Amino acid sequence: MKTMKTMKFLTATVFVSLLFIGCSDDDAPEAVNEEEVITTLTVTLVPEDGGTEVILQTRDLDGDGPDAPVITTGNLAAGVTYVGSIVLLNETEEEPENITEEVEEENLEHQFFYTVGDGLDVTTSGENEDDEGNILGTTFTLTAGAVSSGTLTFTLRHEPTKPNEGLDDAGGETDISAEFEVSVE
Amino acid sequence: MRNLAFLVLLFSSITSLSQNCNNSLSGTVTDIHDGQLLTGVTLIVAETDQAVQTDFDGTYSFSNLCNATYYIQVSHPYCLTKGFTVRVSGDTKKSFKLEHHIEELNQITIEGKAYNDKSKTLFENSIDKNELERFSSASLGDALKSLSGVSSLNTGNTVVKPMINGLHSSRVVIVNNGVRMEDQEWGAEHAPNIDINSVNNLTVLKGAGALQYSGDAVGGVIIAETSKVPVKDSLYGKSLMTATSNGRGAALSSKLTKSYKNGMYATLQGTLKHFGDFEAPDYILSNTGIFERSASLQVGFNRFDYGIEGYYSIFKNEIGILAASHLGGARDQIRAISSDVPLIINDFTYTINAPRQDVSHHLATVKGFKRFENFGKLSIQYDFQRNNRLEFDIRRGDDKNKAASDLQLDTHTVLLDLESHLTDAITLKSGIMTRYQKNVANPNTGVRRLIPDYQMYDFGMYFVVDYQWNEQLLLEAGARYDLSYMNVFKFYRTSFWKSRDYDQYFSGIVVEELENQILTNPQLNFNNGSATLGANYTFGEDYKLFFNYSIASRAPNSSELFSEGLHHSASRIELGDLSFNSEIAHKVALTFQRKNDLFSFNVNPYINTITDFIVNEPVDVQQTLRGNFQVWEYRQTNAQLLGVDIDASFAFAENCRLNSQFSLVKGYDRTLNQPLISIPPANISNEIVYQNSEFNNIRLSLQSAYNFKQNDYPDTNFEVFTPETQTWQMVDVSSTPEAYHLLNFNSSIDINLNQNSKLTVGLGITNLLNTSYRNNLNRLRYYADDLGRNFLFNLKINY
Repeated sequence: MKTMKTMKFLTATVFVSLLFIGCSDDDAPEAVNEEEVITTLTVTLVPEDGGTEVILQTRDLDGDGPDAPVITTGNLAAGVTYVGSIVLLNETEEEPENITEEVEEENLEHQFFYTVGDGLDVTTSGENEDDEGNILGTTFTLTAGAVSSGTLTFTLRHEPTKPNEGLDDAGGETDISAEFEVSVE
Repeated sequence: MRNLAFLVLLFSSITSLSQNCNNSLSGTVTDIHDGQLLTGVTLIVAETDQAVQTDFDGTYSFSNLCNATYYIQVSHPYCLTKGFTVRVSGDTKKSFKLEHHIEELNQITIEGKAYNDKSKTLFENSIDKNELERFSSASLGDALKSLSGVSSLNTGNTVVKPMINGLHSSRVVIVNNGVRMEDQEWGAEHAPNIDINSVNNLTVLKGAGALQYSGDAVGGVIIAETSKVPVKDSLYGKSLMTATSNGRGAALSSKLTKSYKNGMYATLQGTLKHFGDFEAPDYILSNTGIFERSASLQVGFNRFDYGIEGYYSIFKNEIGILAASHLGGARDQIRAISSDVPLIINDFTYTINAPRQDVSHHLATVKGFKRFENFGKLSIQYDFQRNNRLEFDIRRGDDKNKAASDLQLDTHTVLLDLESHLTDAITLKSGIMTRYQKNVANPNTGVRRLIPDYQMYDFGMYFVVDYQWNEQLLLEAGARYDLSYMNVFKFYRTSFWKSRDYDQYFSGIVVEELENQILTNPQLNFNNGSATLGANYTFGEDYKLFFNYSIASRAPNSSELFSEGLHHSASRIELGDLSFNSEIAHKVALTFQRKNDLFSFNVNPYINTITDFIVNEPVDVQQTLRGNFQVWEYRQTNAQLLGVDIDASFAFAENCRLNSQFSLVKGYDRTLNQPLISIPPANISNEIVYQNSEFNNIRLSLQSAYNFKQNDYPDTNFEVFTPETQTWQMVDVSSTPEAYHLLNFNSSIDINLNQNSKLTVGLGITNLLNTSYRNNLNRLRYYADDLGRNFLFNLKINY
């Protein structure tokens, strides 16, 4: 009989607690700030001897959402050497966050690669280095050769093997891969 | 002794005759648990020393008793002896009830009645304690895989999700100690949160026939049960240790039970598993370590006709995910797939780095039952579960040590069940269920929620009736109704919201429009009906035929409804659909069984036809700043799965046995007329076992397991542009791995330490030939080989 009473008591407790829990908060959750997303990559190419700077930009404000990135490209002048720099932004936050700073802080774990497609007469060199003297590549020098056109791709790898010969043996994980159709005029 | 009793009876009858008493006393003796008639029960009349035994029908009969009150002692080898006072007046009928205990603690056999049938017309496959102990260092999924028709969907070797007849995740319901597991089972890389060492008996029902547990088990039900405790004064336990060469770790597990004659009992159990990086034949699988801790406490009071039990368990598991599987887009995928070895191979370590999972699961339950004469057994159960899943990704900056996903799922359930024997031949099981569930996604992860915050209310009711038509034929029918209501708060990306035209169809659920997100409040109702109809027919000495038809209805889970974004651990974008309705499965299963010590087999063909089957398949490639990702979209289609499972066991010589298994399943998308994705290939296994109980119970086994190549799969390859080579390259994600053959060896021997304790020493070798292979159902098969040779050393002490 005692057990029966205990059971009755338990049953009652359970139902009451269930009701209680069931009627609890209905509050809307808070939105998540996407902290890590890179929405915008901007490559600024400033001619060494002065002149018009060239801006290459890819911007994808919905991150991995369905909208495709908006790409702005520019044309290079034949025979001109440019000083290049790369800025990464997270524009999903109200105050756009500069991700390049994070990349530079963790310079040993990151590296930018520049891939020049067939037909495009462009060379890159003079990349900035990480704390151990290997390439980081957030700044670089770009020389436009003869009149030509093709793709120019910027790839940021996270945790690559350093030093390396290029993308093929660098390993790591791709954080950014931005491709631009570029002409040398 | 018995002969002596009969002599006594003979003499006493002579004396009673002289007293001119001619009354008889007769009746039956039944098991109080299931009403089964007990044979071989000895009844002794104390006053006259008359003794009789019950016959095969459980009936007894005394003659030559006077009109008087007698004291009758009723005893049975497996029951506690009980005394009854009976008043005899003329020819009297009296039936007795005994509590029939588990026959022996250490010998719970598969077919034994220690665990009740879960369905009477659906064939059950079980794994007993001895077999489970051989998997002590592995996972629940690994053990289940040893059954025909059960395979697993793996993420590496540590995340093992059971798959029944080609179906998995939300379609497989797992019941642990009477509690339906609510452990975010929707995710393909979410392994069940059960310590295999806490389980004493594991049953698989390949269908939805067990309506008392659920109506949505489109694939099947897995039932894990703890051991039953005998009603006697006892203290016993066991400790198990398994050390393995692969993973260079060990699993330790101990269990201690104290029981009393008055029905009180308590069991404490704990397990610790720690392994470092596992190894494929040719390389280390970096970051595949595992660290699992679990404990459980069971306290109860069990009497003939009532009982109460409390149970609590905690399970905590840290799992490393293969480092080389973490990719950033399709180009990384090409590199990883085209490389023969994983892209990341580091030195062996016990350290588990990101990507990793850290999961904890609490389960608490209180249950009680009471038997009412002429009414039945009434049970009530309340359970609470808390599942917390943290997933850590390779991240940058301040977020490095922050989980990328942090979900807490709380579930409260109340069950009320009634089992009544309406007549000798008809049993009715019925019950109701109420459940409340709440999922909270921690917003501080800095990553958009994969699964939104929601609250869910479920209500279910069922009945199952079985009718023993005659000695050979049993009929079973049942139905269940489930209602679920989901109240969800979901942030949609504005771009996704518009691209799906949700702004036209679902504008009413918008709560707030933010800069690039929309907060919505979907409130969803699902009404699901399910039913089962079956028969089981016994014929000849050893043959049985099971037939079962079941309808299962499953409401879409939160992942299928709300996924929207990059699923990092799968390197793909996953998109759900808010407009999904329930999927409905019709399964017909037939089993032909021969049960015999010498040669037994069962053949189990089935066909499962599912309307509105929710399938997740690649549909597109999406460009993001990180590169291109494959887009996997959930869609509803009509599917059909057909197959056959065959088991056979043949004792070909004394102490020697050949066990064979074969499973085949074919899955088709009937709408698109193509094969379904992720269907296990045919497999066949043969095992020779030598076991000699007279020689320290030595057991040696050699198993050969052959996995065919899966030739039926949809083509989901896609092309991406590679700037380095200026070419379009094919990403081959659909081709399946080659067939493979594995040999496994196992041995064990028992050593009696003293009267009460026994030591079992075992040695096993899995993948004896160190074969390099990849399995179609391992999600990491693109990046690395499966496990290489593993030596396992087991020690078990029973005390």
